[in-house]
Parts: sequence; structure tokens; C-alpha cells
Amino acid sequence: MTSAAIVVEDIHKSYGDLHAVDGVSFTVGHGEFFGILGPNGAGKTTALEIVEGLREPDRGSVRLLDENPFPRNVSLLPRIGVQLQASAFFEKLTAREQLETFASLYGIGAARAREMLDLVGLTDKADTREDKLSGGQRQRLSIACALVHDPDVVFLDEPTAALDPQARRNLWDVLRAIQARGKTIVYTTHYLDEAEILCDRVAIMDRGRILALDTPAALVRGLDAPARITLDRGALTTADAAALPGADEVSEDDQALTFVTRTPAPLLTALAERGVLDGLQVRTATLEDVFLQLTGREYRA
Amino acid sequence: MKGAFKSLSIAMAKGYVRDKTTLFFAFVFPLMFLVIFGLLFRDVGSEKIKLGAFGDGQVITVLEQTGIVDVQHFDTLDAGVAKVRDGDLPGLVEATGDKVVLRFAASDQSQAGTVQGLVSGVTQQLNVQASGQPPKYDFSAQQVEDTSLKPIQYLTPGILSWGIAITAVFGAALIMVSWRRKQVLRRLRLSPVGAGTVLGSRLAVTISVAVLQAVIFIAVAMLPVFGLTLSGTWWLAIPVFLMGVLAFFSIGMLVGAFAKTEEAATGMANIVVMPMAFLSGTFFPIDLAPKWLQAVSKVFPLRHMNDGITDFLVRGKGAEALLLPCGVLLGFTVVISVIAAKVFRWEDS
Repeated sequence: MTSAAIVVEDIHKSYGDLHAVDGVSFTVGHGEFFGILGPNGAGKTTALEIVEGLREPDRGSVRLLDENPFPRNVSLLPRIGVQLQASAFFEKLTAREQLETFASLYGIGAARAREMLDLVGLTDKADTREDKLSGGQRQRLSIACALVHDPDVVFLDEPTAALDPQARRNLWDVLRAIQARGKTIVYTTHYLDEAEILCDRVAIMDRGRILALDTPAALVRGLDAPARITLDRGALTTADAAALPGADEVSEDDQALTFVTRTPAPLLTALAERGVLDGLQVRTATLEDVFLQLTGREYRA
Repeated sequence: MKGAFKSLSIAMAKGYVRDKTTLFFAFVFPLMFLVIFGLLFRDVGSEKIKLGAFGDGQVITVLEQTGIVDVQHFDTLDAGVAKVRDGDLPGLVEATGDKVVLRFAASDQSQAGTVQGLVSGVTQQLNVQASGQPPKYDFSAQQVEDTSLKPIQYLTPGILSWGIAITAVFGAALIMVSWRRKQVLRRLRLSPVGAGTVLGSRLAVTISVAVLQAVIFIAVAMLPVFGLTLSGTWWLAIPVFLMGVLAFFSIGMLVGAFAKTEEAATGMANIVVMPMAFLSGTFFPIDLAPKWLQAVSKVFPLRHMNDGITDFLVRGKGAEALLLPCGVLLGFTVVISVIAAKVFRWEDS
């Protein structure tokens, strides 16, 4: 076993004039939770499909667990799990039957199906047919199907898309549990906030290229963006506020007093000493700010 | 991957059994046709020979008494002859006094022969009676086989073949399109299972359904209401039946490879199966169709499946008659399968 689970070097893929993937390179380590982020149409899915071996790149190379994924590599397939869209089930089968059928494709017994249902929290839905499950439940079943043969590398394409906030958070727990089992996870999302919470490292993609690749914290730090601290309006006069240590800029609107600061610690200390913390909010830069800076345009999923 | 074959087959069988629509089309729909046509045509087949008549000679009276001739009287000789000339009647008997003249249309030779034989037979019989002598030769006729099939005897193989064709074509085409659209094919492609296993398990399910269809169908047709009787070599119909399933399964795979949506697949499958059903003797014996149509129908696998099954199920032919239908169906399967494999796509786009 080498140090990297996935090594992608300069892959390209065009459809006519569209450069869906235009020179993408990245490496994913064993056990890493790796996110590929970007708006719809950024080329995330195509890049992922090339790594999975479903598509052949026009140029460039992919090594997945030290093997070539394309063309269909039967010795590699049991070692990877791919979550597909939430409708990729056999007609009219229950959740348990789906998992048992998929398990059998890998020569794995039915006991494993129960374990997977438990992992994704669908034990009480075991005998429910796929078409009677909710969107979030189908999504979790879909992930369970990708994991049923205990693969080393798991690919998840937009697993949280179109889920309500509660279902999304449930799924985060599932994803963390998978990582805790030592799996390497590669996933795509257009929720930047989610990637920031879940991923060890993220690649930000737009128009077929990777614009930045690092840990979420490092990307945000690299922005060197100031923090914004807001208080309820009237807590301090703007003159008093501007005199506080670390207050680089002060502004006030109908509701709030806002500080912009590159040294939030002394400023927060000073506010605390004066006892004026009503409505306190501290907002540091996020991946959205990183995206904004990288592309020069507002992030719109 | 024996386990995979088994569990895929079970998964598809469960999906099949739980889908009320497919169950209806596989089991109830063809039976509906059998019941309707079976009851509708129950008394057809004992059709009488038509014959025109002019005059009131004894020959005509005796012909009417035979019960096998539908005699139509004309007031003038010319009116009757005109009918024969137009092809509405195979012949006209003119019987006035001691003279018996048969006018017939030679355009339909078999009919002409029949009416000639009939009229001359009746005339000779009357001559013998008139001579007052006992006949020197005693003549009696005994039937050895039923060459003219009762409707149920040709309806059963016809509608059965058609029902099987529908099951196999639609079963293969719809599952393929739906699995491609829903990415089940992608999921299977990403598993270590071979395409042959997937295809084989689907075929196993289709064959099982077809066997079940056939058993139920024939059992219903054998009910006294319909009165199907199986010939002694009925079991030779089994290889023809299986070859037919293969041929239509391969057509379904081809349709499934082309169609992008389930709706398109349904339409294409209908376009393939419906004309075939009408031109292959599903609802009426193809022997009644014009010669050129009979020739055209020979290109359809349904025609050969239908003929083959009829030959053994009800006509009682021997094993040597297997060669043609099985050969044609097998050839069809091979050619269509090769094309289907060439145009097969795992994914859209």
C-alpha cells in the first residue's frame, strides 16, 4: 500500500466544445475525507466518474488504489463503493432486499445488509419498499448500497442534495461514522458550509479546473480576511466603538453595530470588560468567501 | 458468480410479481383475447358450400337435403350465371326436367372441383335409384384426421405465441431502459458481476414467466367451454416455444438499446409486435390471407413460432417438423442478439 489512495494527474475530458474537465490533478490519502466543491456544471461529477472508471479521460492518468480504473477493472471494483442517484434501486424491493441483492453481487451474505441498515438508521424501514421511502431515506439507502461490500474507497456524488436540513444533519452523522471505520471518502457537494464541516481537504472547482486545494481552515486563513463582529445597535456609540483596541472599521445600520477587525481577541476582551455583548455575533470568513475571491463572483449553488 | 445469478433472478422475479400492471399484461390480457375469440368463433368452421340453383329438378332438392350445401335459388338463369361469373358463387346448378347442368367458375379450382364432385355425385346417386337396381359398389367415407382446425385449435397457439412475444419483448426492453435511466445498470457495471450474469438472470425470469403463462393459458383453453384437445406430440412444441422466447427476448434487448425512455420503448415494442400479431395468424388462420401476405408473414418470427407450436400442439406432427421453426427462430435470435450487443449502451449520452 502506498501513501495515496487516489492519484489523479492532469485529466481532461471534453464534450464537443465543452471542456467539462480541463486539467485536473489531485491526490487523496488513505482514510481521508476529500471534498470536491463547486457550483453545478463545474465538472465535479465528470471528474468523479473518471476517477471511478466509468469514463475514459481524453488525456491524463488516474491511479485508484494503485490500479487503472478504466477500462472496467473487475479486480478493483470490490474495493470501491459508489453512491449513485437515489433512484438506482431494483423495482418494488424493500430496503433490506435491495441491500441483500447488492451484497450478493459481491458474494456477501445477508447479515451484512442488517448491519448497513443499522449504520444508516433504516432498521425500522427494512421491510419498506424503495418507492415508499422518503427522499432522505432513499439517499441513506443509496449510501448503504455503496458500502455493503465494505469497500476501501467510497465515492459520494452530492449525497446531501435536495435534503431538508434535518435529513442533511442525519446524513453527516452517517458520513462521519463511515470515516471512523477508516474508509477513504471522496464526495462532491455544492454546499460549501457542509464541506467546511466534514472534509479534511477540499478542492474548489469551477469551469473544469481546480482553483484551490487545501484544508478548509487553510483556505480560509489564506484569504487573510478580517472578522466581522456585530452587536445590537445602541450598545455603544460609534465614536466609543471606534476607540476600542482592534476596531479597524466601525459602521452602524438600523439594527446593528458592526466592527471589522483583523485582531478579534483584544476587541472581544474590551467588549466583555464593558459588558456590552448583547446580540454578539462573530463571523469569520468561510469557503464562500474563498470562492468569491477565487472566481470574482458570488457563490451560487 | 452463481450466488449473484440466483439473487438477481430472485430480485427480478419479486419485482415482477409485485407489479400488478405487468402481471395483468402477462396473464390476464392474452387470456381475455382467448376468451373473447374462443367464444366468438366457437361455431365457425362448419361453414357450408354455397351453390346457386335454377329450376326445380330433384337434384336440387337432394342437394338441399344433404345439409352441407347452402343453396341459393335464382328466378332467371342469367342472374345466377352472373353471380358465378362475379365470383360470388362457386357454381350454379341448372336442373329442369331430366337435364342437370353445372356452371362453375374455374378461377377457384378447388371450389370448382368440390362442387363438380358434389353435383355429379348426387346426380349419379339419383341415376342409380332411378334404375331400380341395388348399387353394385357400396361406398362409405370415414374421416381419419381433422385437417380443418376448429377455431380454438388455431387460436390457442396463436394467442399464446403472441402473449409470450409481448412478455419477452416488453420484459426485456422496459427493464433495460428503466435500469439505464435509474442507473441500476451503472450500479451493476460497478459491481464485479458480468453482463452475462445480468442478462442470463433476466432471461431466466422471462422464461419462467413464459412457462407459467403457457401452462395457465393451455389449461384454460382445455376447459370444456373452449374444448382444446392436445395432439400426441404436444411436447415437441416446447423447443419451439423456448426458441420463440429467445427470439423475442433478443428483440426486446434491441428495442431497449435504442429507446431512451420507457414510453419510447413501449411504443417501439408495440410497433414491432402488433403488425406481427395480425400477420402471423394470431387471431385468424394465416391460410385465409392472400398469398402475398402469407409470403410476407414468413419474415416474422411470430409466424414461425405460431406455425411451429400449432404443428405439435394440435396437428400432431413428428419431430422432423422441428427443423424449420426452430432453425428460423434460432437464426433470428443470433442475428438480433449480435446487433443488440453492438448497439448496447450502459448509460445515456
